[in-house]
Amino acid sequence: MSTSFVCLVEKRFTIMMIFLGRTAATLSLIGLFLFSVQSWAIAGEADEPGATPPVVSSIEQALSQVTSEDESVRDAAIRTLVDQGDAGLLPRLEQIRANADRSTRQAIKPLMDSLKNRANLTSPSTDVRRSAATDLGSAGRVWAIPWLEAAAANEPNKWVRYTMEESAALLRLASDDPLVRTVAAAKLGELCSQNGVTALKKLVAVGEGTEATEPEKVVAKAAGEAIQRIENWGFWSNVIETCFRGISLSSVLLIMSLGLAIVFGLMGVINMAHGELMMVGAYATFVTQQCFMAWFPSDVFDWYFIAALPIAFLAAASSGLLLEATVIRFLYGRPLETMLATWGVSLVLMQAARVYFGDLTAVIAPGPLRGGAQVMIGVYLPYNRIFIIGLSIVCVLAIYYTLFGSNLGIRVRAVTQNRNMSACLGIPTRKVDSYTFAFGSGLAGIAGWALTMVGNVDPGLGQNYIVDAFMVVVTGGVGKLAGTIVASLGIGGLNKLIEPSFGAVYGKVFILVLVILFLQWRPSGLFAMKGRSADS
Amino acid sequence: METNKPDKVNPVEPDKVAAGEQEGPSRRELLVKGGKIVAGIGVASLLGNLGNWALSYAADKEPIKIGILHSLSGTMAISEVSLRDTVMMAVEEINAKGGVMGRMIKPVVVDPASNWDLFAEKAKQLLLQDKVSVVFGCWTSVSRKSVLPVFEKNNGLLFYPVQYEGEECSRNVFYTGAAPNQQAVPAVDYLMSKEGGGFTKFYLLGTDYVYPRTTNKILRAMLLAKKVPADSIMEEYTPFHHQDYQTICGKLKKFAAGGGAAVISTINGDSNVPFYKEFANQGLRAEDAPIMAFSVAEDELRGMDTSALVGHLAAWNYYQSVDTPQNKQFVANFKAYCKKNNLPDGEKRVTDDPIEAAYFGVYIWKQAVEKAASTEVDKVRKAVYGSKFLAPGGEIMMDAANHHTYRPVLIGEILADGQFKVVSRSKGLVKPEPWSEYTNPDKGCDWVGHQGTYQK
Repeated sequence: MSTSFVCLVEKRFTIMMIFLGRTAATLSLIGLFLFSVQSWAIAGEADEPGATPPVVSSIEQALSQVTSEDESVRDAAIRTLVDQGDAGLLPRLEQIRANADRSTRQAIKPLMDSLKNRANLTSPSTDVRRSAATDLGSAGRVWAIPWLEAAAANEPNKWVRYTMEESAALLRLASDDPLVRTVAAAKLGELCSQNGVTALKKLVAVGEGTEATEPEKVVAKAAGEAIQRIENWGFWSNVIETCFRGISLSSVLLIMSLGLAIVFGLMGVINMAHGELMMVGAYATFVTQQCFMAWFPSDVFDWYFIAALPIAFLAAASSGLLLEATVIRFLYGRPLETMLATWGVSLVLMQAARVYFGDLTAVIAPGPLRGGAQVMIGVYLPYNRIFIIGLSIVCVLAIYYTLFGSNLGIRVRAVTQNRNMSACLGIPTRKVDSYTFAFGSGLAGIAGWALTMVGNVDPGLGQNYIVDAFMVVVTGGVGKLAGTIVASLGIGGLNKLIEPSFGAVYGKVFILVLVILFLQWRPSGLFAMKGRSADS
Repeated sequence: METNKPDKVNPVEPDKVAAGEQEGPSRRELLVKGGKIVAGIGVASLLGNLGNWALSYAADKEPIKIGILHSLSGTMAISEVSLRDTVMMAVEEINAKGGVMGRMIKPVVVDPASNWDLFAEKAKQLLLQDKVSVVFGCWTSVSRKSVLPVFEKNNGLLFYPVQYEGEECSRNVFYTGAAPNQQAVPAVDYLMSKEGGGFTKFYLLGTDYVYPRTTNKILRAMLLAKKVPADSIMEEYTPFHHQDYQTICGKLKKFAAGGGAAVISTINGDSNVPFYKEFANQGLRAEDAPIMAFSVAEDELRGMDTSALVGHLAAWNYYQSVDTPQNKQFVANFKAYCKKNNLPDGEKRVTDDPIEAAYFGVYIWKQAVEKAASTEVDKVRKAVYGSKFLAPGGEIMMDAANHHTYRPVLIGEILADGQFKVVSRSKGLVKPEPWSEYTNPDKGCDWVGHQGTYQK
């Protein structure tokens, strides 16, 4: 401590001396003193005296050699840099790269990527660590193996560790030693790595060739077993994923048909503007987001989505109330006119949204709903979809409670079953009608709110969903909530079952044909109303 | 409606005649004035061709009518309104500099409302009723196919500004957007090159209609010709407005496992957002499998949540970020124009490839009219062949015979602000080939040496 302090003081003193232009003798004397102190300090820091300076110079030498014309010199230089360098060299390499010719640029690129990824292996963010591990694995540079293994040993996160091990095994698969390859193949099999299949298949092909040597055959056998294992796993993960996708699509279908199930199912109103009420909910979410952006600090931004829920519900419900009071109430019992009138309303709403909002609308997913949870090897469940599944369950429970557990629900059911009798018994049918309609519309608003997480917010949003929603309600049986739930599960599940083998276009065609056939067989849907209803 | 009437142009336009004067005298005065000009310039005409021009200037000072046929409502409005604005801006610029051959340009704007049948009807109206000299319009291929017979039957002239699938060679259309060999083919070439990442597996994903189907047909033929094994090519289509990309992203993940896979996306319109979102949410990154899109440009990206798109690629012939002095001017002018006219989003508007193509289309036509000294379609057409123009993105050239445009090809990477960073640029201009060498090697398009499409 004290020596370095003295050294510092002396240094300053020296500069002053130079500045003042004192005699050379004094300078050299102090310079000599300084030099001895410095070399002593270096020797003290590094345990092996003399070891550090050559390393510094070898990096320097390598840096100057990477631009060499001679390929072998360049490769050796790159090798040195990889072994001894770190991310600190990146700015300098970037500088070299900017001035170098094309072939040098291409030679330096993998080196820079490697160094960058190596530094990222210790990043605090799991995503960055994982990306770095994947990149090192796919870049195919053997020098990354020890880095990956060292990083994997200290890795707290299970999936990042998995990726690191996978990448290391993938790199080992390219090794010259058949034994290493066999072990690596077995490891990939153990890891059930889909990424390894291509490379493993190549090994199998080599082993099956006519000129295969004995060790190659051993490797091929190990690779074959690994592929078997991976494909087995792939099959099951595919089954699980397909199930999840089916459930997810069902939940999307369900959430958009719930409002319709009440408006169309219970009240018998064919509201063609129902999709536009979803659009109102989606735009309410967008507006809330813009308000949060403009007026609230950025660290509470993610809360906009929660705040938008009641806003979307109320915006859509009040639009519904207005629609009911101004158009639909005059048309009860006249389905054709209702249909035409509400269709007109839907066109007006759509063009109004287009004129007012234009196309500069996007809802940014709040942080927690981005990305996905990895539950198994190769199986990702996106958070936004899990969220919608949860939301649809909550909505169903809320509706069941409202309809079957509350006073309002009893009145709603009474009015929808027999309007005249309910009126006789003193139920204000007019009021119940408008509340029910508003409730159904509010549910459409919630659907719009939730769907901003999977789709876009644009004026055509309602049109995209309305046909599917009607299909679900009709298939399920008009007037039965349970029917809507079962139908959305059926249609969603079936769609996802068909889609992998026939593609999205034919998947949709098949579903429509099946629905038509089904309705031929059971015109009133899955759960037909029993007994006398108000309409019949 | 006013603009759509078959008007016998009223010469008394307040801005051209001194205020407060009566119709009669003003016309006479105008003629006298015109006569004087003729007399004055007539002397000059001895020196060269100028007299011709002056005569026509005096003879019909009435404005030249042009048609603008872009959807202003309906699903395509989101893209097409910008093109209307661009053409209007170009017209305003030209008029401010004295018009074409001294005549003002008068745009007739109609709204085909994203309805393909209405496109044909409105085109007919423009050609027969309004008698416009030229029409700038259309976006989707289906709308172009719908107006094609109208233009061919009535010998009209259409400037079509959007990249398309090729396999068309009409005498009455000038295509200022890219042919497949100026967008799709070079984009895949780039992905296969060492510099582009050396990809070996391709997932061709598109919306189910003519443009993606034809483009993918060409790309498949090209990939097979380049010895990419058939099982390394996947082709898949989704219906319009498709929202659920779970299954496709799942398949893609499996396809991309092991590396070397790229996605070629011809997905159109509102399906893009759900696709990119699902892609990112399923744990896929641009490094694992980049998406090369042919229908995503700056105008579609503005306002989109770009977080899921960063690092993916697109292929176009122009980007707003192209660094030329005339482009900086063009972008600034466009923003100023949108702001001045109180168009939605004003200064936040961006330019993109179709906007540039729509813009220079107007100037190509202007140059041709001036060269031909006439607005007659047959003369203008000949004058367009081989003409050059310094467009915002650099100089472009019309082909000498096939009605398409020589343009540079640029591969861009999407940045977080919705702009593109150019990662690859073609050497010079690429010659347009409406008939792809991969799917129709024996066909060519030539309206000078042949009668349109011919067998080589």
